[in-house]
Amino acid sequence: MEYEAVIGLEVHVQIKTESKIFSGSRSGYGYEPNTLVDPVVLGLPGSLPVMNKTALDGIIKAGLALNCTIPDYCKWDRKNYFYPDSPNNYQITQYDQPICDGGFVEIEMKGETRAVMGSHRKVALTRIHLENDVGKLNHFAEDSLVDYNRAFTPLMEIVSEPDMHSGAEAFAFLTAIRQTMIYCGISDCDMEKGQMRADANISVRPVGQKELGAKIELKNLNSITGVKNGIEYEIKRQTQELKKGRTMTQATWRWDADLGRTELMREKEDAHDYRYFPDPDLMPVRIDDEWRERIRCEIPELPFDKQRRFMEQYEIPYSITSVLVPDWELSEYFESAAKKAPKCAQAIGNYVTNDLLRELSESNTALSECKISPDGLLSLVEVIEKGVITKQIAKDVFIEMFNTGESATEVIERKGLKPDFDEGQVKDWCQEAVDENPRPVEDFRSGNEKALNALLGQVMKKSRGKANPQIVQGLLKELLS
Amino acid sequence: MAEAPHIDIDKVAELARIALTDEEKTKFSSQLESILGYIDKLNELDTTNVEPTAHPHSVENVWREDRATSELPTSEALKNAPKQRQNMFVVPKVVE
Amino acid sequence: MSAELYYKSASELSGLLDRKEISSVELTQSVIDRTKAVDDLVQAFNSFDEENALAQAEESDARRKRGESLGSLDGIPVGIKDVLAVKDQPLTCSSKILADFVSPYDATCIQKLKRSGAVLWGRLNMDEFAMGSSTENSATKITGNPWKLDCIPGGSSGGSAAAVSAGEAIVSLGSDTGGSIRQPASHCGIVGLKPTYGRVSRYGLAAFASSLDQVGPMGRTVWDTAALLQSISGHDPNDSTSYRIDVPDYVQAIEQLKGRKWTFGLPKEYFENAEDTASMGPVKEAIEFYKSLGCEIKEVSLPHTAYAVATYYIVATAEASSNLARYDGIRYTHRAESFDAKDSVDIYRQSRAEGFGNEVKRRVLLGTYVLSSGYYDAYYLKAQKTRTLIRRDFEEAFRDVDALLTPTAPSPAFKRGAHSGDPLSMYLSDIYTISANLAGIPGLSVPCGYVDGLPVGLQILGKPFKEDEILAMGNEFESAHNFKNEHPSL
Ligand SMILES: [Mg+2]
Ligand SMILES: [Zn+2]
Repeated sequence: MEYEAVIGLEVHVQIKTESKIFSGSRSGYGYEPNTLVDPVVLGLPGSLPVMNKTALDGIIKAGLALNCTIPDYCKWDRKNYFYPDSPNNYQITQYDQPICDGGFVEIEMKGETRAVMGSHRKVALTRIHLENDVGKLNHFAEDSLVDYNRAFTPLMEIVSEPDMHSGAEAFAFLTAIRQTMIYCGISDCDMEKGQMRADANISVRPVGQKELGAKIELKNLNSITGVKNGIEYEIKRQTQELKKGRTMTQATWRWDADLGRTELMREKEDAHDYRYFPDPDLMPVRIDDEWRERIRCEIPELPFDKQRRFMEQYEIPYSITSVLVPDWELSEYFESAAKKAPKCAQAIGNYVTNDLLRELSESNTALSECKISPDGLLSLVEVIEKGVITKQIAKDVFIEMFNTGESATEVIERKGLKPDFDEGQVKDWCQEAVDENPRPVEDFRSGNEKALNALLGQVMKKSRGKANPQIVQGLLKELLS
Repeated sequence: MAEAPHIDIDKVAELARIALTDEEKTKFSSQLESILGYIDKLNELDTTNVEPTAHPHSVENVWREDRATSELPTSEALKNAPKQRQNMFVVPKVVE
Repeated sequence: MSAELYYKSASELSGLLDRKEISSVELTQSVIDRTKAVDDLVQAFNSFDEENALAQAEESDARRKRGESLGSLDGIPVGIKDVLAVKDQPLTCSSKILADFVSPYDATCIQKLKRSGAVLWGRLNMDEFAMGSSTENSATKITGNPWKLDCIPGGSSGGSAAAVSAGEAIVSLGSDTGGSIRQPASHCGIVGLKPTYGRVSRYGLAAFASSLDQVGPMGRTVWDTAALLQSISGHDPNDSTSYRIDVPDYVQAIEQLKGRKWTFGLPKEYFENAEDTASMGPVKEAIEFYKSLGCEIKEVSLPHTAYAVATYYIVATAEASSNLARYDGIRYTHRAESFDAKDSVDIYRQSRAEGFGNEVKRRVLLGTYVLSSGYYDAYYLKAQKTRTLIRRDFEEAFRDVDALLTPTAPSPAFKRGAHSGDPLSMYLSDIYTISANLAGIPGLSVPCGYVDGLPVGLQILGKPFKEDEILAMGNEFESAHNFKNEHPSL
């Protein structure tokens, strides 16, 4: 019998704000324990929450970017449960009237090779709601220590429909969400810092069966790759169990990334009874078209749209766009040069995705600190196009530019890299090369095209690398024909 | 809800996280059942199409701008802690 | 002179202070001495800090010396119900679970009070977490009614009422969730006002039932009550439920509205069983008084009155079950001596079992039950809908009248222990006060006479944010009578 997996994800994403979702304490990561706390964050008697407007804007932006409906009205509910990381022992969240309804995430699967775009599809969302994050537990042998710095950080919960079928799809789903959030400036989605966290619900059923299999909740998925590996492991495990004729029971499992396997956390306990009810401390939110439109205007072109446009408008290959587009800054850098000289777009793209990225990473520099401006890069590409310098020399010019911030012409001038000979001189060098190297000449004439390279090398040497190889090749072929 | 309400006191006490003695269980369940019996009179009322009241005033969109104002010093945050270590609150080991 | 300072009104005292006839230190010392003399009997205070109070008084005197008086409350000792957060002072809510808690921050109303120069005086006893009508549910002590010490002072702000009544504070702050300011004021023969929901910030008020709670003033005169309301009212950005509306000058309004011919409504459902209602006699006389002033008296109907107590006990306990979840033995509350450390939940069960008293347990259990899965619609949602009907009753009634006159409580203060076996009968004693909290409207209790030697109060329920009107109405009655000058003999 064939089996298939059905997967739904619950993705928690922190919204980047200066202060907490319901109080004026700072939000942040990496601070000394219990320094980002105030009466609200600690749940002290008498403390009261007040909504952070920017957090609301953030989730509306996320919702619009992920194609959700933003209803006119939403409210706050309390989800009651006792846990040491929860300061009030209730979470302020949205139960039956979330701020974002429905929606979908466009995902891209891996292509056959890195040069080929993979297939795209839409994964349906159930909803996105806003809630407060909780504190952090640090576990020790005998006890646990609680730090409430993280508590009350604005947190979105993005809930997908059970609409995915593989670890790879889940991977693509999270990647797409992450990039959208980064593009929109809503969150940096750094999973190591807990800015994005995912839980998966996985069930396996025989192909053709309508109803879903027993739901296994998978926790502790600490990276996007962890999500993929955990889910794939779980699907395999569940399928094997079913094949052995065992039945699955609803339970929570955790992914152990070190051991590369999942382990049982708890069997299905009594259904949680969260006793949701409207939070009497917070007023509801009414959202009108003006608000929605204001936020909609703040949403930049989204990654997949940008990628498609780059490929079409600049006629650059998928492989370049797939390096450029995931990095919003890099893609903007590219485009501010490319739009001034669309014909040079591919060359610009090559420089950005190869030389520039390499130098940035080797010198550990951020793009924002880079000394080469997009215009500077464009000037370099243009002198190459005009044949002023060769690509070979351009490589060195680029590095000089990168280090000093000079323009291409400044570097070429200063280092005397401009060819100091005319085409007649090149022709003479070609003739000399032919005369001095009978062996490769013979080989070429007997059909070995590659033999031309030896002659080319000689000419380049004579020109101290400044001759244009394309022109030299043409001249040599002329001489030998 | 025609018959007298019955409370599963064990379940309720567990949800509320309050340990009760057997004696308390008996006492509280009978008291709560009598209160619930009284409360049942609400069923005389037809409330179809009546909007629920969650707040005495129907004000909407009460928020603040996203600005960090102030925090409690850590010493103040921890000064009432029943047990603390390394500027954190000590709790019994939580098994995930 | 200083021996009697503690029984003077804030209005008179502020005049004496302004004219430098007395100092705040003198006044505060008089209140401290009075407290030390009678509090062994009254037991109104959970705690007080003499030195701290005198230091505040000195600052006040220094301000006045510099000609920088902050107003009519500057230098006046104000008692604080032990449910409001005052930085560096205990905040116990009269509960064992907060027995050692010291607040690291100020409630908004406390900040405002500090800005008006008041001398914050002591922590006043109450029913644990404001749950009760007799202050017998305190884990700290049993407060007596200054008029008859073996009677209850009312509750939950019993300490606040008793202290003012006994001269242990000039005025005090209480909180009112279902009558907790008005009923003890009535029982102790003082004035108490529950403001409109949203008039006074709840920030720093340990929550019992968030959609019902209001902080409010208590005093021996309407003027004093108005002045205290003045200093604590106003929109607070830290409380999303506080209302953006101007605060009138209440003291001025009392003068300006003097002599107005009000139209009063008598809710017929409240007067139907008048012969069983002990406190009805003085209330009826008060109604006659208003008639004699030329005010119009009309019968009105609040048809859903019979459902108010049931509605209240669902809404209030549900909210309380959630609000009190934070008292868990983890961050700042009492942690049980022994619990099963292997069961991560047991610390909660044991700490809460040890830390909460019976009434709190009862209400938390009830609130947990009515919210629990399968019961939400039948109880909580039903109560929210009934609450709408009760609100509408008042809206209807206020179309025809300016205010409603009712007894504050069905009877004067009862003997200690009279209702202890039967929580429901205790709940039913709140019938006249509870609806105002459900509807969010303001209510004032003014002393209007005695039954069996115990004071009873007249309740005036007003339109939303018309505290100025009900204060003016109350003042009209007060100025024509001598109740404000009658004190218990202690
Ligand atoms: Mg009460
Ligand atoms: Zn969540």
